[in-house]
Amino acid sequence: MSYRENVEITRTACLADGVYEMWLKTEKMAKEAKPGQFISVYSNDGSRLLPRPISICRIDGNKLRIVYRVAGKGTEEFSKMEAGQRLDIQGPLGNGYELEKILSDVAGKTGKKVDRAVLFGGGIGVPPMLELAKQLHDAKTCDVEAVLGYRDNQLFLKSEFDEFGHVTVATEDGSIGTKGNVLDAVKTCKITGDVIFACGPTPMLRAIKAYAEENSIEAYISLEEKMACGIGACLACVCKTTHKDEHSQVNNARVCKEGPVFNAKEVEI
Amino acid sequence: MEVSKLTDKDLNLGVDIAGVHLNNPVMEASGTFGSGMEYSEYVDLNRLGAVVTKGVANVPWPGNPTPRIAETYGGMINAIGLQNPGLDTFCNRDIPFLKQYDTKIIVNVCGKTEEDYIDAVEKLGEQPVDLLEINISCPNVKEGGIAFGQVPAMAEKITAAVKKVAKQPVIMKLSPNVTDIAEMARAVEAGGADAVSLINTLTGMKIDVNRRTFAVANKTGGLSGPAIRPVAVRMVYQVANAVNLPIIGMGGITCAEDALEFIMVGATGVAVGTANFNDPMTTVKVVDGIRDYMIRNGVKDIHELIGCVK
Repeated sequence: MSYRENVEITRTACLADGVYEMWLKTEKMAKEAKPGQFISVYSNDGSRLLPRPISICRIDGNKLRIVYRVAGKGTEEFSKMEAGQRLDIQGPLGNGYELEKILSDVAGKTGKKVDRAVLFGGGIGVPPMLELAKQLHDAKTCDVEAVLGYRDNQLFLKSEFDEFGHVTVATEDGSIGTKGNVLDAVKTCKITGDVIFACGPTPMLRAIKAYAEENSIEAYISLEEKMACGIGACLACVCKTTHKDEHSQVNNARVCKEGPVFNAKEVEI
Repeated sequence: MEVSKLTDKDLNLGVDIAGVHLNNPVMEASGTFGSGMEYSEYVDLNRLGAVVTKGVANVPWPGNPTPRIAETYGGMINAIGLQNPGLDTFCNRDIPFLKQYDTKIIVNVCGKTEEDYIDAVEKLGEQPVDLLEINISCPNVKEGGIAFGQVPAMAEKITAAVKKVAKQPVIMKLSPNVTDIAEMARAVEAGGADAVSLINTLTGMKIDVNRRTFAVANKTGGLSGPAIRPVAVRMVYQVANAVNLPIIGMGGITCAEDALEFIMVGATGVAVGTANFNDPMTTVKVVDGIRDYMIRNGVKDIHELIGCVK
């Protein structure tokens, strides 16, 4: 079930150049949200009609926290808003991570319990991994190994990941951690695990999909695509699937509905 | 002005389109609402005059590559490419879903060839749907679609061919990407159309200057949203003066006032499209807003407003 709510912003902050956070006090939404899901955030400016789909970074009681990068006029408008102001949002949307199901599916496929989950976050793909890290940590069924990729030394959210597991950092400019991308860090630091969760730019996800296949590791990746309705009706945000999708009857799944989390084997990116 | 003493019970919002009675003139525009399943979490479909389904063809279509949409000032460009699951799935899944509601079902039909349209329309003849809307105006598919909608003789021919096999009344959906929309309306009227709906999207283009490429993968797409509303109102006015067919007006409707513009220049029905993406409850808000307008202005019957601006 998803909802449309006009919510109050309770806190905002700039976490890095162009990266902002916003805490939103919801009525029902936060209580039903899962890691990996997203919300549609609507502009208060009538010239911008389409919602901005933004992933959920943290769920705390009735509050949702989103962390987003300013990518255009809509997100720029959000970045200038302050605590006490209000926004229309809709959600929680998408499938998100069904953790128990995923962990038991992986154990069933590999014949081995998941002892360590590797969470990859690249750039603005870092935020949705935080709630996942927290819930995996709280479930106490496996270790959490987070591999986070940043542009430079502005390691937004990194210290919060430290609370939930072991964290390895890669930076594009080499200022901190491994110089390069998250997979360079995996090789340098010899990181292994029984399941992969990843969110980040498409080239990163493509590389992780290939890495997971080579190493026979189940990987769940969060995709992103331009959206209009955000609820599965308009068919703007499709991705190519390896199988015929039941809803579409063609090899296209809706990122906003069947996704944004997909088993990497089931999508072509 | 004397304050109106009308209440909800005194009002008549019901309209007839090609002999089919709608509880009110408000529906949503094809392609923005799926078959209503997803929106039913937000909207009581019983409150809509009709549900117009996303275009369906005789076989599944995969649609265009992504990105398929881009936002523009006061609107958006889309090039979905009529992705649809094909008629078999549609008839087994979507129609039974819609039959649960007290609303009329308008099925939008697309095709690449005349045979495609006829095949789909024939199959739909056995289905419990109320009206067919024939899409001869989609700008985003290479064959069929708009090709039939830009040449009057072709529009007349496809209309006549569809009418020959159709068991339900036929609405022809017109493209605004023509020199003279009135001529197109006259052509489909000559072909035997029972109603017309307009406008489909205006062909547009947006460039992503950061990526230095087209914002939608199809290069061009259909522009919709409030940015196009004045064009749409003008075209409905022209068509209302050109033919004797009921008109379903659409193009940038976001609220009751917008819908009333279309009604006042001659639309019997109105459809909400892009605004559903901004607020999924727009359709019911338009119904409520029309009701409020009628009470405020002492209008008992919606027919007093249809075409009242000559």
